[in-house]
Amino acid sequence: MHPDLNTIWFVLVGVLFTGYAMLDGFDLGIGALHLFTKDDTERRILINSIGPVWDGNEVWLVTGGGALFAAFPNVYATVFSGFYLALMLLLAALIFRAVAIEFRSKRPEHWWRQTWDVGFAAGSIVSSLLIGTALGNIAWGVPVDANGEFAGTFLGLLTPYPLLVGVTTVALFMMHGAIYGVMKTEGALHDKLRVWAMRCIIFFVICAVTLTMATLLYVPHMSERVRNNPWLFTVALANMLAIANIPREFHHGNDGKAFLSSCAAIITLMALFALNIFPNLVYSLPNPENSLNIYNAASSSKTLGIMLVIACIGVPVVIAYTVCIYWIFRGKVKIDRMSY
Amino acid sequence: MDVLTLSRIQFGATAAFHYLYPPLSIGLGLLLVIMEGAWLKTGNTLYHQMARFWTRVFALTFAIGVATGIVMEFEFGTNWAAYSRFVGDVFGSALAAEGIFAFFLESGFLAVLLFGWDKVSRKMHFFSTCMVCLGAHFSAVWIIVANSWMQTPAGYHIVGEGLHARAEITNFWQLVFNPSSMERLSHTVCGAWCTGAFLVVSVSAWYLLKGKHLEFARKSLKVGLTVALLASLLQAVTGHISAQGVAKNQPVKLAAFEGLYETTSNAPLTVIGWVDEQNQKVVGLQLPDMLSFMAFNSFHATVTGLDSVPPEDRPPVQASFMFFHGMIGIGFTMIAIAALGFLYFRHGSLHERRWLLWILVFSVLLPQMANQLGWFAAEVGRQPWIVYGVLRTPEGLSAVVKANVVLSSLILFTLIYFLLFAVFIYLLNDKIQHGPHEDDLIPSGKLALPTRN
Repeated sequence: MHPDLNTIWFVLVGVLFTGYAMLDGFDLGIGALHLFTKDDTERRILINSIGPVWDGNEVWLVTGGGALFAAFPNVYATVFSGFYLALMLLLAALIFRAVAIEFRSKRPEHWWRQTWDVGFAAGSIVSSLLIGTALGNIAWGVPVDANGEFAGTFLGLLTPYPLLVGVTTVALFMMHGAIYGVMKTEGALHDKLRVWAMRCIIFFVICAVTLTMATLLYVPHMSERVRNNPWLFTVALANMLAIANIPREFHHGNDGKAFLSSCAAIITLMALFALNIFPNLVYSLPNPENSLNIYNAASSSKTLGIMLVIACIGVPVVIAYTVCIYWIFRGKVKIDRMSY
Repeated sequence: MDVLTLSRIQFGATAAFHYLYPPLSIGLGLLLVIMEGAWLKTGNTLYHQMARFWTRVFALTFAIGVATGIVMEFEFGTNWAAYSRFVGDVFGSALAAEGIFAFFLESGFLAVLLFGWDKVSRKMHFFSTCMVCLGAHFSAVWIIVANSWMQTPAGYHIVGEGLHARAEITNFWQLVFNPSSMERLSHTVCGAWCTGAFLVVSVSAWYLLKGKHLEFARKSLKVGLTVALLASLLQAVTGHISAQGVAKNQPVKLAAFEGLYETTSNAPLTVIGWVDEQNQKVVGLQLPDMLSFMAFNSFHATVTGLDSVPPEDRPPVQASFMFFHGMIGIGFTMIAIAALGFLYFRHGSLHERRWLLWILVFSVLLPQMANQLGWFAAEVGRQPWIVYGVLRTPEGLSAVVKANVVLSSLILFTLIYFLLFAVFIYLLNDKIQHGPHEDDLIPSGKLALPTRN
């Protein structure tokens, strides 16, 4: 297979969304766990553990969306107009989540903080669920007509398989967030998070196993490439080993390594997803010939080339200072007067 | 209402609300660089206190700016899918560049700006502040390049026909430096500087009126009034250049701005008035020959009127006229207020003139109003085109989205944005009432260490 510009951009858009899942994933997970503690200081520590990085993490989604728009405008147009209501709900959830972080500690009143805490947690859970469900629909296939337009309904998007992917995403992010929280906290909250993290791991493993079975049984095209190219099974194997390694490292108290394993689990899951949908971006069901793929939905090769230059200049710089910023804010969270 | 009207209302309303915040981020970003730079240079801890106070306000505006900005990006695809397919090839690269060059820079270093005070050295913190400011300016660059391409498309060709027609890029730099992008960028950025500066001026004037935080207020006024005066003067200059660009590149839009129906030489400029659309004329105070002069530097120049195109190709005249003239009127008011404030401040008697201080307190609304009116004028004046002269607005709509669905999302966003705005004002007021922290006069952590020179 010769890697052309369209394939490179398929990979790059995938990298951006994987980066989003890996980074904002733990933010959303922290949000989903937020209401489990009733103590105000503990809640502040949780929020401040993601305080300096959450909006940088969300930029991965913005840039992923921008890259999808630029590289595959037909996919962007079909999916965004087709998933209209779902995306509006996602936007509402992301807005509540973002402003809740900023607003909640600005006033001392209990009702004020409780309101924004609920907004933060609900926004995080709903965002994760919707992102996962959208991905589930892409995996299952969506009705696309001959003009490349979405031909389904909002309720048609809420079928069991996509919802299962949604719930699995919530579980994955909760696990990811809990492990991140364990790394960033100390004392009583640290011990609590350790217990939650173990429960989240179990929750996620149950979801992941169910999802794997459902995919193999009901969505045959999502395992076709791996079935036809047995050497790709190594990716599935790496995914299982990464997941299995999380409780192992955790048990040994290597929280950092457990977090990296959780990142590896996300990367391999996204890789499996990408391998099996390639070269389609939107698989059309019931008319596979209407599918939007990396050729019929792409921008011109000139645009893809220009953007590749932009990405080659920009992305290394972005990665360099993102690493620096994570380094500056390494270590356990301390509440000071600049904190949320 | 039909899906077109609802989609236009939704995009207009969400864009207008969003645009309350980015100008504050850009303008305050510049002021933060000045304040923190002054602290590093003079060692006066009052500047440190100022930088920290305004950073808190900055954080508040930034969070809402980000949250409401994602909505804008998604709406291209949700409501304007046909438009997205049509322009994706050219428009998308600007959006992608914005994400990679601007948003990452801004949000990454924002972490250090907000939470790094005690963690990094002075120079590193100042560097981060500069990067946040630069990122905010970069975001303006790319979004205005994209918007200007919709006003004056360049560097593209049309490929395909009918439903499958789309614009494809032929020259990236022609796209970036399309005929209107740089003049519109400079005009927008000056507006943003005014927005930040007048906020600082307003809050400081209020402290002087209440007799609180006097030293802090005076130093802030000095910075704020200087930037406000310079930016509002530059605003007039860049505005004039922009208008000349409109006269050249989008003559029908200029004709709508001035309510000029007939193509004529020695065209008059309306200072104040309204358009009598029935009789196709402007009622009000007019200066003879001045429009010709302002647009083309010659009293006898011929200015194209609305009659140059059939009625279906004309923008709404009354609305364009009002937005445009409103913006200009407010712009000149801002220059006058900034100049008065600056003169009395230099004279040392500003604190005695309570009437002027009250005007300064309310002056914070002016740049926001001018920003909004300016964008309304630019976008309404572009109608009936979504891409000027190439694609009509109704042709850009999503084919699969129904009116009732758009109505529900419009209601959803209206409710959320009213709530956000109320909370924003409440918290902003809270911060202003609370004032600067006394302990910010003493730098802590690594910042307490002197810079090595």
